[in-house]
Amino acid sequence: MTDTAVSADAMRDGYRRASARRLGAILAAGLCLLLLMTLDLTTGPSGMPLADVWHGLVAGPNGADRAVATILWQLRMPQTLMGVLVGACLGLAGLQMQTILGNPLASPFTLGFSAAAGFGAALAIMFGGLIPLPGYLVVPIMAFSMTLVACGLVYLIARLRSATPEILVLGGIAVLFFFQSVQSLLQFLASPEVLQQIVFWLFGSLLKSTWTSVAVTGTILFACLPFVLRDTWALTTLRLGDANALSLGLSVEALRRRTFLLVALLTAAAVAFVGTIGFIGLIAPHAARTLVGEDHRFALPLSALTGAIILIGASVFGKFISPGAVIPVGIITAVAGVPILFAIIIRRGGKGAV
Amino acid sequence: MVLRLDTVRVTRSGTSILRDINVRLGRGQIVGLVGPNGAGKSTLINAIATLIPFSGTIRWQGLPIRLREIGYMPQQAQVRADLSVIETVLLGRHEQLGWRVATTHLDQALGILEDFGIAHLARRNMQSLSGGQQQLVLLTQRLLREPKLVLLDEATSALDIRHQLQVFDRLRAYVGRSGALVVIAIHDLNLAARHADTIMLLDQGQVAGSGSFAEVIHEQALRDVYGIEAELLRASTGHTVILPVTAYGSTGPTSNGIHDVQLN
Repeated sequence: MTDTAVSADAMRDGYRRASARRLGAILAAGLCLLLLMTLDLTTGPSGMPLADVWHGLVAGPNGADRAVATILWQLRMPQTLMGVLVGACLGLAGLQMQTILGNPLASPFTLGFSAAAGFGAALAIMFGGLIPLPGYLVVPIMAFSMTLVACGLVYLIARLRSATPEILVLGGIAVLFFFQSVQSLLQFLASPEVLQQIVFWLFGSLLKSTWTSVAVTGTILFACLPFVLRDTWALTTLRLGDANALSLGLSVEALRRRTFLLVALLTAAAVAFVGTIGFIGLIAPHAARTLVGEDHRFALPLSALTGAIILIGASVFGKFISPGAVIPVGIITAVAGVPILFAIIIRRGGKGAV
Repeated sequence: MVLRLDTVRVTRSGTSILRDINVRLGRGQIVGLVGPNGAGKSTLINAIATLIPFSGTIRWQGLPIRLREIGYMPQQAQVRADLSVIETVLLGRHEQLGWRVATTHLDQALGILEDFGIAHLARRNMQSLSGGQQQLVLLTQRLLREPKLVLLDEATSALDIRHQLQVFDRLRAYVGRSGALVVIAIHDLNLAARHADTIMLLDQGQVAGSGSFAEVIHEQALRDVYGIEAELLRASTGHTVILPVTAYGSTGPTSNGIHDVQLN
């Protein structure tokens, strides 16, 4: 048999080459992100010329031209960085969620986290005046807390029964409907002005970014990273299916539970300040898997990068099509996400599994 | 005797599936676990693998069994992930892998694929493989962990004759090299006759016999346990070959005639 006579050296090299190719894809995505970030920084409603942008960047946040410094350092920079962080959080959380649920249709929002965040924000917008804290803090704090409450509820259900995908999804659906209905109740009770604020929050827009939000979201993301990375091989092993993963000595339920907590934290960090931005957590993991397969050493970083690329890309696109009034990125990602998702389904559908 | 089962019972939804299993098995052998459908073969394997609750005690070298230390392969082990064969086999060592896969791990994984005659599949995607090929890959993955106790649930059911032979050949070599104990639930009695050192016959949740094939599987046992009339022939290799002749009706030999009438 000639086909078995492939030398071990050749096969080892083949594996190494494949790894190098995947690393290359990650580097390329990093470059692409840097390019988009630059583009995002240099565009905006003010229509500032490139030369001014460059001088403003070099001059730093305390540059002589106050208008340029403010636009660049207080508006655009936090928005761009926030876009990267939120996209990365959603990309990571999305891949983790799809892996632990073994379902390609899962996203960070599948288990009701976005509805919970929306309810928290609506609650804060309506009754935030009662709390002696500035409004720009109350809303994210409430959105963040409610996401963790939703997570706690699903976690409790998973603890009481078992952390199987079915139980998690059923618990998540219950939580989703609960928070959706109480949020609808708030919207029904709200005055037109408050309602408008609530709806605007729900859109998901980077315009709400500040240095505070960048710091908080960045801290949470980087605090979660070591835990995400520690389980890279375990998550890849889980993709073999529960039966196989169990027999390879993996504590499948414990892995699901702790990954689920990380997803909740990352999602809460992503939506608390900028609102819910859909589709990124669904599409970024697909794109990453298509490019580098399911070895999570490569898929996790690439999914994070892809999430950031999609979000910043949507931000740039939004500024191009309507330079005056920036369209919230949440709307753009949702609209643009549908054809991309279709393309992915059609492409991967042929392989027998999504 | 390294594997000891004492009064092991498994009950599910009020039905007892295993009742009072007492077994002693020594290492360095292949044990064929045989018996009709529903006799409790998979349940016994799962109980030993600590995957289902049971009463009684199961000890491996005097200690409770830990799943991560044994090589267990379930009946349904299909992989639906976008992973190549070599990536899948490497996951057998997932606890030890770092950001860069060490060359020793890579060489071990490639070596065992070569050993099982499937090195040419190394770069294929798991989803492009047939059920039997996947079974082979997963078996090599388990053996890469070098377990001293190997539990296989119908691990050769989807394999063609050539690969069946090859798998038992490799298992035999593995047992010889490592002194492991391999317990394999198996339907094909002829395969068991040819390759197992010890046969354990299960019937309705109980051990109906254990020992060499000749001791356990005889015409009376086939009649009692499987409800078949069979001829036992002797092959040129000295192994027994079973030729099934007739099956009795579901309620036993006496209802045979009635059964036929109903069918007509």
